[in-house]
Amino acid sequence: MMNKEFNINDFISPTVANMQPSGIRKFFDIVNTMEDAISLGVGEPDFVTPWHIRDAGVYSLEKGQTYYTSNSGLLELREEICNYVRKFDLNYTPDEVLVTVGGSEAIDLAMRTVLSPGDEVIIPEPSFVCYKPCTALAGGVPVTIQTKAENAFKLTAEEVLEKITAKTKLLVLSYPNNPTGAIMEKNDLERIAEVVKEKNIMVLSDEIYAELTYSGKHTSIASLPGMKERTIVVNGFSKAFAMTGWRLGFVMAPAVLTKQLTKVHQYAIMSSPTTSQYAAIEALRNGEDSVKSMVMEYNDRRKVITDAFNKMGYPCFSPLGAFYIFPCIKSSGLTSEEFCERLLREQKVALVPGTAFGESGEGFVRVSYAYSVKQITKATERIAIFAKSLQEG
Amino acid sequence: MTMMQKILEILENDCNTPLEQIALMTDSTPAAVAAQIDELRKENIILRNKSVINWEKTNKEFVTALIELKVTPQRGEGFDKIAERIYKFPEVKSVYLMAGAFDLTVIIEGKTMKEVALFVANRLAPMESVISTGTHFVLKKYKDDGIIFDDDEKDCRQVITL
Repeated sequence: MMNKEFNINDFISPTVANMQPSGIRKFFDIVNTMEDAISLGVGEPDFVTPWHIRDAGVYSLEKGQTYYTSNSGLLELREEICNYVRKFDLNYTPDEVLVTVGGSEAIDLAMRTVLSPGDEVIIPEPSFVCYKPCTALAGGVPVTIQTKAENAFKLTAEEVLEKITAKTKLLVLSYPNNPTGAIMEKNDLERIAEVVKEKNIMVLSDEIYAELTYSGKHTSIASLPGMKERTIVVNGFSKAFAMTGWRLGFVMAPAVLTKQLTKVHQYAIMSSPTTSQYAAIEALRNGEDSVKSMVMEYNDRRKVITDAFNKMGYPCFSPLGAFYIFPCIKSSGLTSEEFCERLLREQKVALVPGTAFGESGEGFVRVSYAYSVKQITKATERIAIFAKSLQEG
Repeated sequence: MTMMQKILEILENDCNTPLEQIALMTDSTPAAVAAQIDELRKENIILRNKSVINWEKTNKEFVTALIELKVTPQRGEGFDKIAERIYKFPEVKSVYLMAGAFDLTVIIEGKTMKEVALFVANRLAPMESVISTGTHFVLKKYKDDGIIFDDDEKDCRQVITL
């Protein structure tokens, strides 16, 4: 009997094989060949981690703290996290907190812990790219809602209601939002919370940009009455404390669920990086001033860059969170990807096409202001030249 | 933070920031910002615009010294009169009244160590109110006015991340 010829593709799970690589591959390939491009395309802070936090990490290494921590993360850190999140009116105890490898692991864990095959997950778009693949990997079915520019890219209760079926298990909320910069205010969330409670579903609230809110304090849906018990809150150190490379986040949920999340984390990861955990303790204890000064700086840039795009004829609603603006480039007559590709080739400025974040991103581009005002000015001057050349045909 | 404080912080960081940009950052208008800056100049709150220069990268010969002075305050005038007599010398770059083991910090710049030492010996030490001097020479400046001179922290981020 002949053995069937070995083909590596037969061994790749169809779920993974069918998964699209993040964003638009072709555009990213071009970007990577343009070494002298000015970028406004990065989704991480330009600030290096504040020195006192780095120093705490180095000190922990000097002291030989190089072992695994408990699966849940250092108790000291989880206690500090509980103190920290009180600023968002969230009351958690250390047994309701799990320290993860960035917010990304927390999202993956949450999906895998909650979903059964066929469960539907409502995902508003444009949004960060991991929610759909993580849903699929956990056997769930992503159901997207295309939020609209005319609603300032906020999610409405009506839109959620329309998508809820008997199979719906989870609603993803990702505010302040990457890529739009949209936020959800308390009254917006109250309406969503009513629907969630009425339809008896859960919320996965990714609040990684919570600190970067420019119109007052961030509101977490878990702080609303009756919502803590049905919300999984994801947050972390990457954006607020400029600690992306440390890969540290956390997830908070009712203790019963946290126990289940911890099981998955235990087998997949063991424990989050020890050095990062010690640095994070320092960040939470003494990092408030650093965060405030970074937020002030982002806010200055936000105003400068929004004004520049509005003047170019690419209007953007006033983004009130994260460090992105999402201007509309429909007047250029180009698709998002064409716009970004031509801008890159003609003026050597790298932006991200809105379509990298979902269909409703068509006609928009994501512009990051995690750059110095000087770099923002230089880049927007070039984009203005490009815009003018398009107008002149 | 008041608008005035915000304007001062922006200018302290970069005095060439355009008025339009300051106006955006302070939710104001260029005309209002210009008027506020004029006012701050009149009140001697903004004294001068300067560049921060790393002279060590040039071939200028110079030496900087930090002098600790113990002095006797004068009746009715405290330390101000003696400080004034010191800061009027063009060689003196800075003078600070201190709390602690000595009274005045004087920062002096000269062409050579000898020139600075002679200035201390001939000008400062003989002053009537000066009780003692302690001279420390600066060998290398790492950071001045909040600016790191050889900052090697570069933007190492990927060109695009989502």
